[in-house]
Amino acid sequence: MATETLTRPVTATAKSSAGRRTGRRMTPGRAAVLAVAALLAVLWLVPFAWATATAFKSETDAAAPKISWIPPSGFTADAFIKVFQDGNIPLWTWNSLYTSAAITAITLVISALVAYALSRIDFRGKKVLMVVIIASIIIPPPVLIIPLFYQMVALHMIDTSWAIILPQVIHPAMVFVLKKFFDQIPRELEEAAVMDGASRMRIFLQVVLPLSRPILAAVAIFVFIGAWNNFLWPFIATNDGSILTLPVGLQTIKSAYGIQYAQNMASALLAALPLILMFLFFQRQIIKGVATTGLAGT
Amino acid sequence: MSSLATSHDSEGQARTLPGLSRQKQSNRTGSRSARPRPQGSRDNLNGWAFAAPFLAFFLVFLVWPLLYGLYMSMTGKSLTGANDSVIGFANYAEALADADMWHSLGNTLYFTVISTIPLVVVALIMAALVNVGLPAQWLWRLSYFAPYLLASTVVSLFFTWMYNPQLGLINDTLVKIGLPKVAWLNDPGVAMWAIVIATLWWTVGFNFLLYLAAMQNIPAQHYEAASLDGAGAWRQFFSITLPQLAPTTVMIVLLQILASLKIFDQVYQMTAGGPGGATRPVVQYIFETGFTGYRLGYSAAISYIFFGLIVAVSVIQFFITRRRSA
Repeated sequence: MATETLTRPVTATAKSSAGRRTGRRMTPGRAAVLAVAALLAVLWLVPFAWATATAFKSETDAAAPKISWIPPSGFTADAFIKVFQDGNIPLWTWNSLYTSAAITAITLVISALVAYALSRIDFRGKKVLMVVIIASIIIPPPVLIIPLFYQMVALHMIDTSWAIILPQVIHPAMVFVLKKFFDQIPRELEEAAVMDGASRMRIFLQVVLPLSRPILAAVAIFVFIGAWNNFLWPFIATNDGSILTLPVGLQTIKSAYGIQYAQNMASALLAALPLILMFLFFQRQIIKGVATTGLAGT
Repeated sequence: MSSLATSHDSEGQARTLPGLSRQKQSNRTGSRSARPRPQGSRDNLNGWAFAAPFLAFFLVFLVWPLLYGLYMSMTGKSLTGANDSVIGFANYAEALADADMWHSLGNTLYFTVISTIPLVVVALIMAALVNVGLPAQWLWRLSYFAPYLLASTVVSLFFTWMYNPQLGLINDTLVKIGLPKVAWLNDPGVAMWAIVIATLWWTVGFNFLLYLAAMQNIPAQHYEAASLDGAGAWRQFFSITLPQLAPTTVMIVLLQILASLKIFDQVYQMTAGGPGGATRPVVQYIFETGFTGYRLGYSAAISYIFFGLIVAVSVIQFFITRRRSA
């Protein structure tokens, strides 16, 4: 399974096609396409718009029996101010940011190293290692939560950030995405360095890694988004309010605020903001990253 | 072939046909090139040294919990530490007779079936629309894909608010267009569909991007040749785009099935498995038996039954994809 889908060249799906066949004149067919696409886009944006409208209402208007896009007593930023004064959202955002960054960094380092070995070094047991890692792709994370929890208790890591970070750094599929990319780097590029007697590590750091920036970025994006949004494991591994990640923290807010609809929506929007901003800045890289690793990572 | 093999029998030194025999040799031994090879032991050391960091995490946080979980499933272990004794397959026997376990497994399968279809079809439609060459590509990508960037908790907050029976936007809209109100999250017959709608909104963008990437790799010449033959847009879509997308479709469907089987977050957050267990998926049942029922051993046994289901699906996937690419 894995090997076959992975043999597709990784770069093939990342080809840009910006503006392909755009700027044609408007025919009835194209107008229909545009209309359907616009309808879908509107449907997909409504939840954002409705959450925003609610977040800028007073709690009284938000809970008024007659619903309205524009509230009778006008828009107000009260809900946002309250959420900010509360201080939890900024704290949880920071927690999510650094745990996700740590997960991404560790994943990249350990996956690139093992992928390089699988791609370039002939060592005893390599085939077995490869089969074991491929096989592990099918292990669904929910299956591990019970023993992992027990393990974390034994290691005294429950309610520390380590409990959130450490079990999330193993991405067997990403190892193979990286290996596939390394496989395509021409060996000739390394041969000069070999002649000079460079060590494996030096070749890896100075020849292979610099050539692999696109795939490293793709894997980093994929892992970061996954870590940022992961709920189940951090939910189980943490109870301490000061180390909660954003998704888990929001879950506690929901019960705490109860029927404070405006505050609920303000919190949700603030929580959504970082990745949406990231998307606006790095749109091309994120799309490539998801398409490349999503397609190759099976 | 056999003559070639014997021709470089002596110490692997290629005497005749150097190019061919080197190729042969590298085929046999992996990819050592013609270099003299005191490399062997150093390669062994290097290889394991490069693999070591990954392997350490892999063994501690994946292999060990996997094996320990299996052991736990054979014990009466509880969160309160009461009974650690090995009880064999008693947990499995109990689970297989547990109506709640079967109900949650059934819910998971039901969700998988009714979510996979729209998650693939709507993604295909979105990608096809955008790929026709709409202006402002970034705008469509942003609208369709942005929800995928949200945490499940954010999605659940959005939709719980929109599904609100009295104050919700959706019921208000239904009433305005003359339809009756729906008890979205409180009606056992509807709740799972409400979850599917939220999930579709949340994750379809991922499949949409995969389809879009695949469509943009279809060579333009195919379409040019077809237009010269007078094929219209629909014809081109069904005769060129869809067939070219077949491998992608198979993959997206299988990825989606495996993803849907793991459903937990949005259900737990929107309905907590209710009403009356109508939406409770198996992952939630694992969570509940383990952490609120304190029965870790029993919970581990259900985990492994669920794992068996995933393995079965993966094995089917393996044979389908292998046949396709063969």
